[in-house]
Amino acid sequence: MEILISVVIALLTSCGVYLLLRGRTFPIILGLTLLTYAVNVFIFMSGRLNPGASTIIGVGERYTDPLPQALVLTAIVISFAMTAFVLVLALRARAELGNDHVDGRNSVEEVKS
Amino acid sequence: MNHLIIAPVLIPLVTGILLLLGTGRPPRVQRAISFISISAQLVAAIYLLSVAAGGDMLVYALGNWAPPFGIVLVLDRLSALMVTITASLAFFSLWYAVRDNDKPTDSLHSVVHFLLMGINGAFLTGDLFNLFVFFEVLLIASYTLLLHGGGAARIKSGLHYVLLNLVGSSLFLIAAALLYGLTGTLNMADMAVKVAATSPEQAPLMKAAALILLVVFGLKAAMVPLYFWLPRAYAAAAAPVAAMFCIMTKIGIYAIIRMYSLVFGDEAGVVANVATPWLWPLALITLALGATGALAARELRLQIAYLVIVSVGTMLAGVAMHSTAALSATLYYLMHSTWVCAALFLLADIIMRQRGATSDRIITGPRVKQPVVLGTLFFIGSAAVIGMPPLSGFLGKVMLMRSTVTDEQTFWLWFLLLASSLIMVTALSRSGSTIFWRTESRTTKASKTDKLALSAVMALFATSLVLSFAASPVVQYTNALAEQIMQPSIYIDAVLNHQTIEGVHHD
Repeated sequence: MEILISVVIALLTSCGVYLLLRGRTFPIILGLTLLTYAVNVFIFMSGRLNPGASTIIGVGERYTDPLPQALVLTAIVISFAMTAFVLVLALRARAELGNDHVDGRNSVEEVKS
Repeated sequence: MNHLIIAPVLIPLVTGILLLLGTGRPPRVQRAISFISISAQLVAAIYLLSVAAGGDMLVYALGNWAPPFGIVLVLDRLSALMVTITASLAFFSLWYAVRDNDKPTDSLHSVVHFLLMGINGAFLTGDLFNLFVFFEVLLIASYTLLLHGGGAARIKSGLHYVLLNLVGSSLFLIAAALLYGLTGTLNMADMAVKVAATSPEQAPLMKAAALILLVVFGLKAAMVPLYFWLPRAYAAAAAPVAAMFCIMTKIGIYAIIRMYSLVFGDEAGVVANVATPWLWPLALITLALGATGALAARELRLQIAYLVIVSVGTMLAGVAMHSTAALSATLYYLMHSTWVCAALFLLADIIMRQRGATSDRIITGPRVKQPVVLGTLFFIGSAAVIGMPPLSGFLGKVMLMRSTVTDEQTFWLWFLLLASSLIMVTALSRSGSTIFWRTESRTTKASKTDKLALSAVMALFATSLVLSFAASPVVQYTNALAEQIMQPSIYIDAVLNHQTIEGVHHD
């Protein structure tokens, strides 16, 4: 289970970083989204892997740390809002600059080079 | 009066909501609310400063949940000073803005107050995850402010700024989660105790977390190699926004001082002073590259943005030296550079408007309308930012140079600080002489600048004179501040021994 989770986090992170390094806004936003998924799972794991346990003391025999769950909720909300913001900004940049390159290249030749 | 510690967070929050509800009201109303609010914040900040000056630590447990379980706000000398600098900077920026420099008015004022809420919260909080949340509050406000007014240049630099900071936020979360996983706490004082007891097996992970945090704060502070977003973004921003943003890099520096003295400081055991070997060379490279950029800049606002980077390098070098004297000098320099750089951004805006289509490019253009006033102000501002006596930049740099300890420190800091000053003299005298002396005989149709707007710039420059002529009390305060920071046990004891009010939670 531990290995599965760490492989998932590693895969999400590496795909996210690869997409972040692209030159166009759309893949970058996808990359950011993947990266935030990886981060969210990572925060969740900071409370240790404890399957089947409840977050309330006294309900079952074992209990799991509730704090990372609260933290990950905050992180999800914030990253969701930020992704929405950056999407609108990317669309606006596409309209203002005439293309979706992050540096706002002016012509087709420049984009190719 | 204990509740007053949360005023710097609550006042801007309420004002921001009020202004948001008042969208569509005449600008006069919006400006009045905004200006009254910032005046109230300034008064509250100065009161808090006077409380903190006595040396007491004020700990405020939100919701009366006892630390280390609940979130605490902590007022020490450092956070009180930072809150006061923020309030005064916002006061002068808004003073300039309300003189018709805030078009479109509706979207500027409310967002400025949300930004202030985030900044003040970041300075006051004693909880690592809460620091992240306040960072996000101030970041999303800063994204909107940076784009204020629209236009291709702002969108382009804004996109870089937003994307980089989103990656920075992800890194912050990774570091916070790592630290929580290792220490089981997010309260900074409690974390300091737990980090000090790190076992050698956990040291590599702890080191990784500490250095990931340094990347995040370095991005905020614009440290090499994470500063490339800054010059274009600041140069493209609207003038009151650019002036307000002079505090943004200082938030990164504040966070570095706080985390790497309190949590990863001298007493952190296996991870003691983990950031210092990185900070020192990076600070010096930042200093050198900033000065080079200022020399190469072909627009006045871009040049001033590079001067901000020079000041970042200078302050980080002071932090890296990690001594009471160096920290005191750094804080003195921080006050000076925040106010003077903000004044220069506002002055550049005035010059730009009076030159019409030539804008702020450093080329021969039409004469400005008020060459004597603006020229004098530009001269004073340049002298202050370069560090010429009798202005505050000079004192700050001398104190920093005197606080070096080893020969190696002395050689590199003296060499780079003096060389960068020389480069700044060259760069600023070139732009000054081009803009004010090598002009065409015509002037543009631009009207003269509003007297009150101009007085905001003058008042900001006057702070430089005040800082140097009232240097004795100011340095006394920064000395006491540095001593407090160098003894993290004061902070830790104050937070962990905090007594909550009895009889509030019944269970």
